Order: sequence, then structure tokens, then C-alpha cells
Amino acid sequence: MRYFLNRLGFLILSLWAAVTLNFILPRLMPGNPAQAMIAKQAGNINPSALKAIEQELGLSNGPLYQQYFQYLGNLLTGHWGSSFQYFPTTVVSIISNSLPWTIILLGIVTIIAVVVGTLVGILIAWRRGGTADNVIPIVTMFGQAIPSFWLGLICIYFFGFIHHWFPMAHGSGDDVTQGYNLPFITSAIYHSILPAFVVFVGSISGWIIGMRNNMMTTLGEDYVVFAEAKGVPTRRLIFSYAARNALLPQLTSIAIALSSIIGGQILIEQVFSYPGIGYGLTNAVSSEDYPLIQGMFLIIALTALVINFIVDMLYGRLDPRVRRRGATS
Amino acid sequence: MSTQSVAVNTTAKTPKQKAKRKSSALQTFFKNPRSLVGAILFGLFVVIAIFAPLIAPYNPSSTNFSMLQPPSAGHIFGTTSLGQDVFSQFIWGTRATLIVGIGAGVLSTIIAVLIGVTAGYLGGVTDSILNAICNIFLVMPGLALLIIIESYVNNSTPYMNGLIIALTGWAWGARVMRSMAMTIASRDYIAAARLSGASTFRIILFEIVPNMTSVIASNVMYACLAAVLAESGLAYLGFENVASTSWGTMLYWSSQNGAMISGAWWWFVPPGLGIALLGTSFALMNFGIDQVTNPRLRTSRKKKDVQRLLKELQKSQTKGVLTDGGQQTSVGN
Repeated sequence: MRYFLNRLGFLILSLWAAVTLNFILPRLMPGNPAQAMIAKQAGNINPSALKAIEQELGLSNGPLYQQYFQYLGNLLTGHWGSSFQYFPTTVVSIISNSLPWTIILLGIVTIIAVVVGTLVGILIAWRRGGTADNVIPIVTMFGQAIPSFWLGLICIYFFGFIHHWFPMAHGSGDDVTQGYNLPFITSAIYHSILPAFVVFVGSISGWIIGMRNNMMTTLGEDYVVFAEAKGVPTRRLIFSYAARNALLPQLTSIAIALSSIIGGQILIEQVFSYPGIGYGLTNAVSSEDYPLIQGMFLIIALTALVINFIVDMLYGRLDPRVRRRGATS
Repeated sequence: MSTQSVAVNTTAKTPKQKAKRKSSALQTFFKNPRSLVGAILFGLFVVIAIFAPLIAPYNPSSTNFSMLQPPSAGHIFGTTSLGQDVFSQFIWGTRATLIVGIGAGVLSTIIAVLIGVTAGYLGGVTDSILNAICNIFLVMPGLALLIIIESYVNNSTPYMNGLIIALTGWAWGARVMRSMAMTIASRDYIAAARLSGASTFRIILFEIVPNMTSVIASNVMYACLAAVLAESGLAYLGFENVASTSWGTMLYWSSQNGAMISGAWWWFVPPGLGIALLGTSFALMNFGIDQVTNPRLRTSRKKKDVQRLLKELQKSQTKGVLTDGGQQTSVGN
């Protein structure tokens, strides 16, 4: 229970930090870019609507603390303003349209990458010194160093431009209507294969290397050596003795890897014009759509922080030592 | 007299031993083919960056050549759709990318050491506060944060980007430094230094940090790799002064001008490959450092250990003293 409260406290603290960063950053910059972006919209949106958006984003002439509390209150009640670019669509509805794209793609690919990467890591750690153990880490090092968006560009060029095997952009075809119908779903899956492949290649190397190193540590433990000497079957030795204990640190890496996976995803969505949150963010930035920038960043941070919280909870369940230690980690 | 000479002897020995240990660490680093390849690759990029004006055949921004030419003898990497020489851009881009990557990597490591070691050594309230800040930065999606900062900074230069990357990317390193400093802080010689009246600043700088050299070196490699990737990503998204020449801006322009859909592969392949190779060189060198500092990761020894253990067990079994023999081998091991 103490562990739960501790983690919950951290979730709230980090959420608060994200919100505050979002509020304070444009105000710290010279010339207040937020005001400048809004001033540019003066001709496009009628003054009273603009005034309402300013109110919702806490951009008044009042003192800073007053703006801040106004902003916090509006955030909590779901008043995130309207987009400039797609006026009068609200930021919340744009987010709820693009969030499923990102979550589904990222979620499925991450799960596959973790499972495959962990298995490969177990295998090469067991056959350490073998060909696979010598070759795979070097390949994965190269994989880690390849910018994921560049790999995306290469894939578009090779599979899209040269071979026409896969579509080069967007989340689904123009000829299908979004919804729960078969043509749309197949089209969406077809469109997501290339971006999914790129995310997969970008994230798998970390899991392989992480699991290999964890396995090396557990394989060096006396109980594993003893079990091998005792004649425990290899399969059982690998999975029940060594891998089981090597899995726990792997779970913490999920939390750490998450921010880089989401970052890579932003770039990949941009490369493929994939209609998710990352594309929404870069789009909003390039069209200086201030309310949308704010909303998109918040939802990305929120997603990352909540998933991190869930991983923490899971970790606490699986490893009682963490629960007892409580605040230290 | 005799005791004195012994004392002199031991003190005289320590620096020698230290030097020996250091050279053997370097040997392990360069003996490993991976770290050797990494170091050579990195050296190559450094040479290119230093001698960029001599190597590049043309001015990277000159638009005097015919457009979208595939690689030829005159333009070994071809030309862009604006008629620029891709090879010259690549050479000059090496310089910008390397300076920003290394600068941001080193700067973020310095921040990580300052925050991590302070937190780990002082403990208590300072630790709690610094650790909370560190954890927040760790879970915050870094690139999204970079993007919104960039959206408020107009026309950022590569150096500005490097600074922003360093200021947002120190958290992981700080966490490693903190736990390292916590173990070192509990050692006796630190207590001795404290009792002898050394200031906190002195203890951190001269007693703790020198003992973390390998961790710091490893962190620099990791941070440089991350910084190069972050910088190229930001530049690709157009958050860098698009008139500057870095590998990221090359990718930005190639993508803006549809190099993928016009088949101009020579335009976007070199900069991406450059980033990947530079990043690989950092990763390879980091691997070498890991091998030096973490003997557990060294391969091939373990299997022999097990085999020896098994052999000795068998031997003791034939003798008929299984339990004793088993204990003996484990002691001998």
C-alpha cells in the first residue's frame, strides 16, 4: 500500500510538472511566442471566439498566478481550447481522433518487440561466445544508431517507390470510410505495416542487449551453476532458473525505453504522414497552432506517465523487494 | 628502520600499480576488435570534421551544378534538386553534427555528474529533491519536450539545439551517477577524508568523481549517441536553421523536395548512413568500456568454469566423497 501511494504521488507530481512546463515554457521565452501565435490569428477567427480560446488557455492580462490557476482549472474540466488550424474543432476532439492510431500501433509493436527481443536475448546469452552472440550485438548496435526516421525514408523509397508493395503515406486509403468496417480495418492494417516495421527495428535492439546482459548476470549466479552441475534439463535451466530472474530488470527498462519509443514514433509518424499524436504535434508546431501544440504535448506526456505508472505497479507486484524498499527507487 | 623502508616501498608502489592497471584497461579496450573498430571509425569522422574545408571539393551551399544528378566522377555523391554537391554537404555536415553531438553529450554528462553525485553523496532532503527532478525528466517524453521548446524558439542554430538537448537529456546519466556515488560514499576512505576535514566540494571532486571515470566515459558515449540522434531528428523536422549544413538539415531538404518519390537515393542515403556509422562508433566504444569495467560481460570464461566444476565433481564422485568434494571445488572456485 505504501508503495502504491508512493508511486501514485510520483505520478501526480510528474503530471503536475508536465502541465507546469507546458504553461511556463512559452512565457519564459523572449517576446512570449504564445501571444505572438494568437496575435497572428486575429484576422482568421472572430474576436469573441479568439477571446474564449485565450481564456481557456489562461492567456489573460491578469497576474501570472491567476493565469496559472485558470489554466489548471480549465485543463481539469476538459476545456483545452479550439484548434486555430481546424477552427472551430476543439483540441480534445482532434486528440481523441488521433490517439487511437498511435496507441494501437505503438502498443502492438512494442509488445511484439519486447517478446521477440527478450527471447533472442535469452538465446544469445545461453550460447554466449557463439556466432549469434558475436554477430547479433553488432547488428543491434548498428540498429540502435540508425535514426528511425531515416530507416522510414529508406523503406518508403524501397518498398513504396521502387516496388510498390506498400503505400507510401497516411493511415488508410482515401476510398474507405473510417469506422468499424472491414475495408477500413484491412486498409489501416495494410498502411501500418511499414511504420510498424520501422518502430520494431528501432526498438528491438534495446530489448535484445538488455536481456542478454541480464541473463549474463543471472547465469553467473551460483544457483544456476549448481543447477547445471546437478543435471537440470537445459530448457528448464534457461527458462525457469535464469530467464525468470533476468526478466525483472527488463521490465524497468520498459519504463525507461518508453520515452525514446514515443520520441521515435513522433518522427516515424511524420515520415509516413501517419495520423497519430506525433504527426499531430509536429503539424501543430509547423502551423503555429498554439492550443493544439499545448494539447498534443500534454496528451503525449500523460500517456507516457500513465504507462510508466502501470509498469511500476506491475513491477511492485512481481518483485516484493521493490515494494518493501518503497521510496528509495 | 625496516618498517620505515616497507612503508616507503608500499607508497612507492601504488602509483606504479595504478599506471599498470590503467594501461591494462586501455589494452583491454583496444584488444577488443569491437572497440578498436569503433575508435578507428570515430577517428575517421574526427579527421573529416577537422579537415572539412580541404576535403570538400565545392562550397556546400553553392547551387551552380546541374540538378538531381546521380553519382558520377565529378560529383561522387550526386547533386541535390537545387544543384548542390551532396558530397561537399556531407563533409561539412560531419563537422556540424560532430560538434553538436559531442558538445551536447559532454555537457549533459557534466550536468549528470554534478546532479547525480551531489544527490548520491549528500543524501537526505537534497537527494530526495534532486532524485524527484531526475525521475520526472526521465519519464517525460524527451523528443516531445524538445519539439515544444523548439516551437517557441524560432530558427534555432545547431549549437542552440545542442544546448537544449543537453539541458533535457541528462536524467538517465544522473541516475547512474547517483547510485554509483552512493556506493562510493559508503567506503571507508570517504569517511576518512570527511574526518580529516576535507570540504564537501573537495570530496566530490577529488575523491568520488575520479573513481567513477569508467562510468562517466561510458555515459559520454551513450549521451553523444543520443544527442546525435536527437539533433538529426530535430533538424529533420525543420527545427534548425534550414540554411545551416548538418546531416539532419540535408535529410530535411531531401524530404521536403521529395527525394524519395523522385528516386534520388544518393541525396538521403549518405547523411543517414553517416549518422548510423557515427552512432555505431559510439556504441562500439561504449561496448569496449563495458568490457573493461564489467568482467561479468566477458565471454568464454563461464563455460570453462562450468566444465571444470563438472570435471572436478566427477573426480570426487569416483573418490566417493561427493559432498566434501563439491564444497572444495566451490571454495577453490
